[in-house]
Amino acid sequence: MLSKGLKRKREEEEEKEPLAVDAWWLDPGHASVAQAAPAVASSSLFDLSVLKLHHSLQQSEPDLRHLVLVVNTLRRIQASMAPAAALPPVPSPPAAPSVADNLLASSDAALSASMASLLEDLSHIEGLSQAPQPLADEAPPGRSIGGAAPSLGALDLLGPATGCLLDDGLEGLFEDIDTSMYDNELWAPASEGLKPGPEDGPGKEEAPELDEAELDYLMDVLVGTQALERPPGPGR
Amino acid sequence: MVLQPSERHYRDWDHRRLGPWCSPTGSPAPLSCETGCGEGSWILVCRLLVPTQVSLLSMEEDIDTRKINNSFLRDHSYATEADIISTVEFNHTGELLATGDKGGRVVIFQREQESKNQVHRRGEYNVYSTFQSHEPEFDYLKSLEIEEKINKIRWLPQQNAAYFLLSTNDKTVKLWKVSERDKRPEGYNLKDEEGRLRDPATITTLRVPVLRPMDLMVEATPRRVFANAHTYHINSISVNSDYETYMSADDLRINLWNFEITNQSFNIVDIKPANMEELTEVITAAEFHPHHCNTFVYSSSKGTIRLCDMRASALCDRHTKFFEEPEDPSNRSFFSEIISSISDVKFSHSGRYIMTRDYLTVKVWDLNMENRPIETYQVHDYLRSKLCSLYENDCIFDKFECVWNGSDSVIMTGSYNNFFRMFDRNTKRDVTLEASRENSKPRAILKPRKVCVGGKRRKDEISVDSLDFSKKILHTAWHPSENIIAVAATNNLYIFQDKVN
Repeated sequence: MLSKGLKRKREEEEEKEPLAVDAWWLDPGHASVAQAAPAVASSSLFDLSVLKLHHSLQQSEPDLRHLVLVVNTLRRIQASMAPAAALPPVPSPPAAPSVADNLLASSDAALSASMASLLEDLSHIEGLSQAPQPLADEAPPGRSIGGAAPSLGALDLLGPATGCLLDDGLEGLFEDIDTSMYDNELWAPASEGLKPGPEDGPGKEEAPELDEAELDYLMDVLVGTQALERPPGPGR
Repeated sequence: MVLQPSERHYRDWDHRRLGPWCSPTGSPAPLSCETGCGEGSWILVCRLLVPTQVSLLSMEEDIDTRKINNSFLRDHSYATEADIISTVEFNHTGELLATGDKGGRVVIFQREQESKNQVHRRGEYNVYSTFQSHEPEFDYLKSLEIEEKINKIRWLPQQNAAYFLLSTNDKTVKLWKVSERDKRPEGYNLKDEEGRLRDPATITTLRVPVLRPMDLMVEATPRRVFANAHTYHINSISVNSDYETYMSADDLRINLWNFEITNQSFNIVDIKPANMEELTEVITAAEFHPHHCNTFVYSSSKGTIRLCDMRASALCDRHTKFFEEPEDPSNRSFFSEIISSISDVKFSHSGRYIMTRDYLTVKVWDLNMENRPIETYQVHDYLRSKLCSLYENDCIFDKFECVWNGSDSVIMTGSYNNFFRMFDRNTKRDVTLEASRENSKPRAILKPRKVCVGGKRRKDEISVDSLDFSKKILHTAWHPSENIIAVAATNNLYIFQDKVN
């Protein structure tokens, strides 16, 4: 934790001056930035901010102040990267912050987030290939990128990043979850009901079959087994 | 949690002193704040290693194995993360100094009594009481761990022989009573002196138990637990001047509590948007006015301060006053908002001013002027050109606190490299001092430090690139009436005193 505050050497050409004056990131319209290449520089600052945003959202309980400040900074950077394009006004946020916003919204909806995470975990355990459709608004932010405003070309950078969040990040999130509850025999009927769907290859069309009734049943089973389950041990 | 300090007699200590901070309580020491913060006048009184003292003194107690392991494994040269001090606060007389740490412990220090034999020891603080205020919790519904770190401690004004303080972690506020016991009953009929039960058949006479003096014992007991009122992380608590209510503030809401009622609180500020996607601002700090029990302020991550009057409406979403300084166009950058985020807000003792701390400056505002501060002090402006690196390593999000001295003439705040800064509002002089082990000889005079910005570095100066950003002074406290300050550096608590004192 202390390493966060430690000075660290830059790995690029700036190694000679570890904390050189950072003029390159300044607002392109600023008078003092004469020869800097703002677009390229801002892109790495943009990447850094996106990374920070994802890292913040991956926390089990994100620091709201940190999150809000990073999101607002990201909006500023983004606004400066495409100043001429027809950007929608801030209140109806463009696609990149909408990724953040969707994730923000989901971080607040605690129960649906727990549900989403439980079902995600279930999908890892039982071999389901995708999260159930009703949670589409939270699970696949990557899909919303496809419908992004075409003017924000730099947001292609965001695509693989969000993919990482879904595929690798969540997996990493649940590494320490005690999955012994899923070995319980109670799961057998539920999994048999769900498994044939994706594996038969019906794709998205079949997913809606996992409808409200199935979800309710799943939740009942989950809550029921959780009641039986002992609380997690002391090792955290 | 019971701690037995060495023999000490408190009978002649007047516990019943009341009165607001601003009027002297009759103590012989003059109000020495007028001397200001001239260079070279601060000396180290003592450096307290909080966890070491705790471990040594509590070896005999029956405590949980985690503490025992810590005391055996702890190396004096480095601190475990649980020992990091997270809050420091003097009580209203300055007799007591409380610290909270990341491990959920509260340690209270008491000022050494002035005695004719050891005049030079006056001003030293020794451990008075220590207890585990908060434990780590697990929220099973959300699968979330709730940290036990103490975010804030606030003292209640003393109204009887016992001391009361509020301590809070991210979710729960607790009211603790700290009291002394110097008598115990002796002469039970059914128990012997060691507490073992006696066989009733052996008892032939009856006696009345009597209270006899004993070695002083200090006990801390939780009197109230105010829980389940905050969805987000509590960042501030503030005791109202009516001494009956207090408020707790989290990122989006502020609640008003009555000390006697733990199952209800009033929500007085709510800035949560209907749609969380529209969230752009959070509450960062809040405080009640020192004299007007209907007035409070809260600061935001966008660098604004709102003053609210609870008489206006039940939900104080509409402010009475709005303090914001327009952005300086020459300093505009991507990080403008982050560095404008206010990390602490404090009323002056007089109630006429508020002081705010953002990343690079401390500002003093007159309550009667909303459009700009009346004073701005640069804490470490040399960092302005390093903001990108500080953003990268997250240091730009550090939350520094700020404090007033007793007469509101000097303000103090922390910085990096274990530096802390004092600004004299009258003389406009400022000084940078360092809280470090190297200068740790008792009564050693602190030498002012200087950061070299560019060009030739003088012998005693330190260059910006050599600053240690892991050594940050976030928490400091100033004695309410004397020039005694407490500075927390990781797990060390430094107490400095004005040499004139």
